[in-house]
Amino acid sequence: MKEVNITEMERKFQEKIDQDIKIEPKDWMPDDYRETLIRQISQHAHSEIVGMLPEGNWITRAPNLRRKAVLLAKVQDEAGHGLYLYSAAETLGADREETIDDLHSGKAKYSSIFNYPTLTWADMGAIGWLVDGAAIMNQVPICRCSYGPYARAMVRVCKEESFHQRQGFEIMMTLAKGTPEQKAMAQDALNRFWWPALMMFGPSDGESKHTAQSMKWKIKRSTNDELRQQFVDVTVPQAEMIGLTLPDADLKFNKATGHYEFGEINWAEFWEVVKGNGPCNKDRIDTRRKAKEEGLWVREAATAFAQKRAARKSA
Amino acid sequence: MNQAQVEFVLRIADDSLILGHRLSEWCGHGPILEEDIAMTNIALDLIGQATSLLNHAAALQGEGKTGDDLAFLRFDRDYRNLLLVEQPNGDFGMTMMRQFLFDAYRTILFERLQASSDEMIAAIAEKSLKETKYHLKHSSEWVIRLGDGTEESHARIQESLNTLWRYTNELFYTDAVDEEMHRSGILPDLSDLREQWEDTVNRVFQEATLSIPTNNWKQEGGRKGMHSEHLGYILAEMQYMQRAYPNMEW
Ligand SMILES: [Fe+2]
Ligand SMILES: [Fe+2]
Ligand SMILES: [Fe+2]
Repeated sequence: MKEVNITEMERKFQEKIDQDIKIEPKDWMPDDYRETLIRQISQHAHSEIVGMLPEGNWITRAPNLRRKAVLLAKVQDEAGHGLYLYSAAETLGADREETIDDLHSGKAKYSSIFNYPTLTWADMGAIGWLVDGAAIMNQVPICRCSYGPYARAMVRVCKEESFHQRQGFEIMMTLAKGTPEQKAMAQDALNRFWWPALMMFGPSDGESKHTAQSMKWKIKRSTNDELRQQFVDVTVPQAEMIGLTLPDADLKFNKATGHYEFGEINWAEFWEVVKGNGPCNKDRIDTRRKAKEEGLWVREAATAFAQKRAARKSA
Repeated sequence: MNQAQVEFVLRIADDSLILGHRLSEWCGHGPILEEDIAMTNIALDLIGQATSLLNHAAALQGEGKTGDDLAFLRFDRDYRNLLLVEQPNGDFGMTMMRQFLFDAYRTILFERLQASSDEMIAAIAEKSLKETKYHLKHSSEWVIRLGDGTEESHARIQESLNTLWRYTNELFYTDAVDEEMHRSGILPDLSDLREQWEDTVNRVFQEATLSIPTNNWKQEGGRKGMHSEHLGYILAEMQYMQRAYPNMEW
């Protein structure tokens, strides 16, 4: 009897999704749908927070006051994105503290791109242009995601990401038309970040284990390979416009398809970084863990203080 | 060029610049996400103030320099900030205590400077006052929370106060520059600055159950370019790009 009911509910749930009716926190949803969303939203939240570190690395060394302010504002936006996303995950019953503990224990993942070091100022340009650019490609379709709170969070986040993308491109453009040293700095950053940016779209469709179900549930609205192709098609002309060369000997425009063909991604490297063996995985997690440990006394004090105040009020 | 006026503006500008730098060191390392956002926001306000003030100082100088030239290309002895703002971040409590001692002073300063005869200073003060009032609210709330929180937090923040107290006398430093600014109406009357500051500080420390150190050993020198050893490292980092790649657009 109970089983029939669940099947019936699942059927109705899928019907709503097929009719593009948003699922809201109090609505019934299959456990797998909830878990998939929690995994995806918290991974996204972690990416925003860990993503503050490579860029935070250059705030105190920004070359002028305007760039310093813009970079500070960007990193602050990313913290804000993390906050909305943790809240969106909380609407599904995922406790923020526990979610963060999963990041620190290595159980939860975040975008691999943040496991690459930021070595020069040009990396601030490359990250804004390519990483925020790839994030937009990934996230714009999520504005139409079936889960209401996630879709709404993405609308706001995407507006800010596109601002970041333009600022990053503007840094690269300034460097590319600057002195030979500046142009070399920009080219070097592009060389280092291009392939990791392409990896941000995840494994190719054949390898991606969650894609089919996520598409059916409208959590995902395009496949990894489709999004990656879209990114390449948009970004290659931008690089050409500012006179930088993409580090891919196989890259060429196919007139028949209207798309750029590109070389094979180094999937062995991708999986190593996912597993935790990238250049900065350990540093990033150690840093986040340390921030949490060193902040423990502060959080305890805030709680104790709030309790004291509440007790005094009711006394 | 009015040498005293340039000097006066640089003092206020460098306080914002150096404290903004210190706060931005926290970015991504805060005790909670909300504080990462708050501290970055305050840093952003301070860098904004520094930018307006340094541009103004450069214009007053009339040597064709920009605000960026003043921010990034002066030498250590030419910076005019208070010793307080260059002190290391320490733990979160130390950072909040440093901020509070400074905000309590800055609020009064900007309140008065709104009436400056230098219209640019008056306009910057009006905008900065709004920001600084928020900073003061934020820092004083944390001083109270940590002071009256747990035994550990009380001990830690009392220790921070003990460490930083020696730099507070310099908030009231005056010399011929201030006298000249006062005479020309650029600096309105600040004779009750210490009294007003003590009012705020005493009220907050009482609520935070903190006691003011009896050690009256005072440090000063920042206003004359005599800094602590910390400033050199701040500048080494801050000036790195401009020194390594001179005369380029970024
Ligand atoms: Fe973001
Ligand atoms: Fe994002
Ligand atoms: Fe972004």
